[in-house]
Amino acid sequence: MTKKRGKKKGLGKLNGFSIQFLPYSEFKDLGSMKRIKKILDIVLGNHILILQGKLKPSEETRLIEDTMAMIGHIPNFKGIELAVISENDGRGFFAKMKMGLANALAGGNLGALTVIGPATIVKEIKRNPKKIELLVK
Amino acid sequence: MAIKIFKNFFKRIFFSIFKNKKDIKLGFYGPPNAGKTSLANRICKDFTGEEIGSVSKIPHETRNIEFKEKVEISYKGKKMVFKMIDTPGIATKIDYEDFLKYKMKKKDAKNRAKEATQGVIESIKWLDDMDMVVIVLDATENPYNQVNITIIGNLVARKIPVLIVANKVDLRKADIKKIEAAFPEYDTIGISAKYGTNLEEFYESIFKLTKKL
Repeated sequence: MTKKRGKKKGLGKLNGFSIQFLPYSEFKDLGSMKRIKKILDIVLGNHILILQGKLKPSEETRLIEDTMAMIGHIPNFKGIELAVISENDGRGFFAKMKMGLANALAGGNLGALTVIGPATIVKEIKRNPKKIELLVK
Repeated sequence: MAIKIFKNFFKRIFFSIFKNKKDIKLGFYGPPNAGKTSLANRICKDFTGEEIGSVSKIPHETRNIEFKEKVEISYKGKKMVFKMIDTPGIATKIDYEDFLKYKMKKKDAKNRAKEATQGVIESIKWLDDMDMVVIVLDATENPYNQVNITIIGNLVARKIPVLIVANKVDLRKADIKKIEAAFPEYDTIGISAKYGTNLEEFYESIFKLTKKL
């Protein structure tokens, strides 16, 4: 995994982007604050992050709050694009229950994928129940 | 004499119950430009004669939490008093350059963007204070927007009853079925806040939702 960030924290002029994959094992033991910090560090480094698993709803709102607080304070940062695709989506009650049990045993929703990218690079993440389409600027 | 004392006793008890009963805090949440203020205005105008806030084609018109206290909604002989809370639209990105398209000056656009980011934070902070929430979605847009899912997820975690409103059904592109398919666990009501379409069904759903409180 590469790090492209310069000395100054900010997006600066864009010359491309990279995609980083973060396995669940990398963030499962982190607290909410550290998880969000890790995600934002990657996004601020102009990377699109593909995260195995998904955040808790409270972590997602915290991520949005922190993102909003950064807009206007970090040069060229305009926010994030975020989408989650989960195996649970569009399934029946029993399938969801089975999946819930498997997730409980695994210690997190491993059947989910979260895509997060800086809004300066990612124009839109189109999502329908079964696929995520990432539109890059 | 005994009957009179009894009557007064019950009167006092009932009075104290209703005196302490607070208005139901009804929040309007959703992404920007979905029609939250238009719907809140329509309800407030119908029952108080006053509006709650201004509406605009430019996104993030509501940048502060707006209230309207003591809104007594009556439907089919039933009455309930609500505190209406209109919230700024929740977004994951805000770019001042988007406002320039509406012929806004750069300085004003930057200011609007700054206020909009603070509005989003304020909206999220207020989630804890709601008794029940109406999620207003634009029926012409893709409902699988993560912001919608995040708001609903947070309300479910807080055990706050939710009603989903698919607004702008007057537009040809509107697709209520897509919204129903995206959130099958919740009641979805298709309305047009602009024209007041299907508000009777909306009020019925609101009264039904109060039973979950």
